[in-house]
Amino acid sequence: MTDLLDPPVQLPPVHEEVHGHDHEEHHGPTGILKWLTTTDHKIIGLSYTVTSVIMLIIGGIFAEIIRAQLATPNGSLVSLAQYNELFTMHGSVMIYLFAGPFAFGALANIMVPIQIGAPDMAYPRLNALSYWLYLTGAITMLSGFFTAGGAANFGWVAYAPLSNSVNTPGTGADLWIGGLLLTGFSAIFTGVNLCATIFYLRAPGMTMFRMPIFTWNMLVTAILILLAFPVLTAGLIMLYCDRHFGTHIFSVQGGGVPVLWQHIFWFWGHPEVYILALPFFGMATEILAVFSRKPVFGYKGMVFATLTIAALSLGVWAHHMFTTGVVLLPFFSIMSLLIAVPTGIKIFNWIGTMWRGEIWFSTAMLMAIGFVVTFLIGGLTGIYLASPPLDFFTHDTYFVVAHFHSVVMALVLAAMGGLYYWGPKITGYLLNERIGKLQFWFLFIGTQVFTFPQYALGLDGMPRRVAVYPHDPQWKWLNDWSTFGAILIGISTVLFVVNVAVSWKKYPAGDNPWDAQTLEWFTTSPPPHHNFYRLPPIRSERPTWDYNHPEHRSIEHGTDHEVPLEKEPIS
Amino acid sequence: MKTEAKLLLGLGTFFGLMCAVYWNWSLEDAGGVMMFCGMLLCFIPGSYYWWWSRHMKPRAEDDPNATQAQGAGFIATFPGTSIWPFTLGMGAFFVVLALVFGIWFLIPGLFLVAWALFGGTAEGRRGGKH
Ligand code: HEM
Ligand SMILES: [Cu+2]
Repeated sequence: MTDLLDPPVQLPPVHEEVHGHDHEEHHGPTGILKWLTTTDHKIIGLSYTVTSVIMLIIGGIFAEIIRAQLATPNGSLVSLAQYNELFTMHGSVMIYLFAGPFAFGALANIMVPIQIGAPDMAYPRLNALSYWLYLTGAITMLSGFFTAGGAANFGWVAYAPLSNSVNTPGTGADLWIGGLLLTGFSAIFTGVNLCATIFYLRAPGMTMFRMPIFTWNMLVTAILILLAFPVLTAGLIMLYCDRHFGTHIFSVQGGGVPVLWQHIFWFWGHPEVYILALPFFGMATEILAVFSRKPVFGYKGMVFATLTIAALSLGVWAHHMFTTGVVLLPFFSIMSLLIAVPTGIKIFNWIGTMWRGEIWFSTAMLMAIGFVVTFLIGGLTGIYLASPPLDFFTHDTYFVVAHFHSVVMALVLAAMGGLYYWGPKITGYLLNERIGKLQFWFLFIGTQVFTFPQYALGLDGMPRRVAVYPHDPQWKWLNDWSTFGAILIGISTVLFVVNVAVSWKKYPAGDNPWDAQTLEWFTTSPPPHHNFYRLPPIRSERPTWDYNHPEHRSIEHGTDHEVPLEKEPIS
Repeated sequence: MKTEAKLLLGLGTFFGLMCAVYWNWSLEDAGGVMMFCGMLLCFIPGSYYWWWSRHMKPRAEDDPNATQAQGAGFIATFPGTSIWPFTLGMGAFFVVLALVFGIWFLIPGLFLVAWALFGGTAEGRRGGKH
């Protein structure tokens, strides 16, 4: 097709209500009013980024206190009651307020429209509403610490009957429920928005099977959000009714079924772990391809693996409930083990992407490689847990804690990779690579030092969610190492903050500092209002690369290779 | 539009099968109902897209050979700035606080929600604030 050789097309101005019709001069409110009234996905995404990174830091501080308490068997840094609040709020902040919102509110919100060549999200005002619900939800949940009874203390899973009004009276628990209702709706609205954007606002030529893997993963994540979050919201409303309106949905006394809460919670909860994981898989995939200077290996296989993971993830929830004794063990075991297959395909594809590439070990790349290694460890231990006999042995021990920390710390590695990789696109400035690499080593080594002793502790029978433990020299020794790992992770976070401060507006990035492949690197850094002045022809899943490297252009769709292309500088 | 439709219909079919196996095997209702609803949630929009994919002209984004020039013209209407999402968010915040601290928080909450709904709708009609 000859149009591949045409210069990029100047985009028509996007129609905007009442506004003037040119991109550059966007007059509008400034300062705080701008923040309150914006509907621009990039500004909303930036608010999400800042808020969720603050949540990561708050959750991290809770974690450091927990580890300090566990450094000695009879630690007295916090009381037993405070300890319960701390592990509950650590888990809640990390899962509900950091990992999810960072993935779909921050990076996806900014990058998905740009990756598919759209001017904004499909529903900009709904997008703004999502952010306000997230922010108020976070404030609501955390404000439990300022109430007389303290914050919620029934674990991030709020199991019945512990979470009823007799066992957990107090406003902290209600604030937790309320905060979760708000953030839950925020997630649902973002899910709707992402689906609509990806289905309806792609640029010409951007067929579904040319979307970047990150966008694909966000689409699948959005579908999972829509399947899972309403279940959690419904469950929370039932829990609230049990607590305040005298219903007995989850209490035996009134004829209810406590285990129903677990069904509802994990029917949301397991898809949720993939809602958390898939976006970060997407980030890592993009980074690995760009810094190996190769296209994603097995693009379609990657997409189908993502879809298979999503499909299966709806049928595995009760692997968290094996020990209740009332679930169909073989079904859930088989389904959980099956998930390992597409996950394995992904690992091989990541290795295939790097294989014989010209690898550039930038900070983002190191983070992505660290992600693959750490995720592999977490995924493999997940397979152990999916086997009921092994799970009966390890359930509610530190082995489970170690399993999910391997996976979620892998996600943190990918998240940091995403910030180093896409940060320059959002802000226009690069981060310092030296500090970045230092941060990587602290984070990567810290993660392994943190989790490995926990695997051993778990196999040795140390239960989770305890503030004190028996005097056993070996347990003490292993816990000390774990605490040491946590300190290394803490230092890595400090290094990140230092890096942001040190590199503040120092290293201008230019439009495409990594010689990357996808559409977001075709526009300016930061992108203009409504994202693009012009778009290149889209003939493969890496249009920017095709445009900048005519010699490597994919020959899908019968490209005529002979005709040279006048390369125009991208402004 | 075809790919989008197939994606959702495929997922829905899988959930349907999984639901049938699970429900018949476990006789446990909560999971069965939830998977059944999951299936519906895929089938309803999926069949809508399928219907449209057969009734509309292929869009430029579904055409592997589309040129950017084909995308020229009207894309969609995007609002400029708007205060109503913030108002609505604050309204929702107060409604939730009413769940925790007492019913009287509903007064500012519902007021803000109603105000935002009227304001937002009117803004949509009028064509936004400058
Ligand atoms: C190969 C895929 C995976 C399998 C087979 C698997 C399996 C399991 C099983 C069986 C448990 C329950 C253990 C118990 O409580 O006794 C568990 C717990 C957990 N997993 Fe995974 N997992 C996998 C991947 C993931 C991923 C990707 C994440 C997160 C992004 C994750 C996060 C968690 C969390 C947070 C828990 C603990 C929940 C709690 O607080 O009880 N897992 N996993
Ligand atoms: Cu699970």
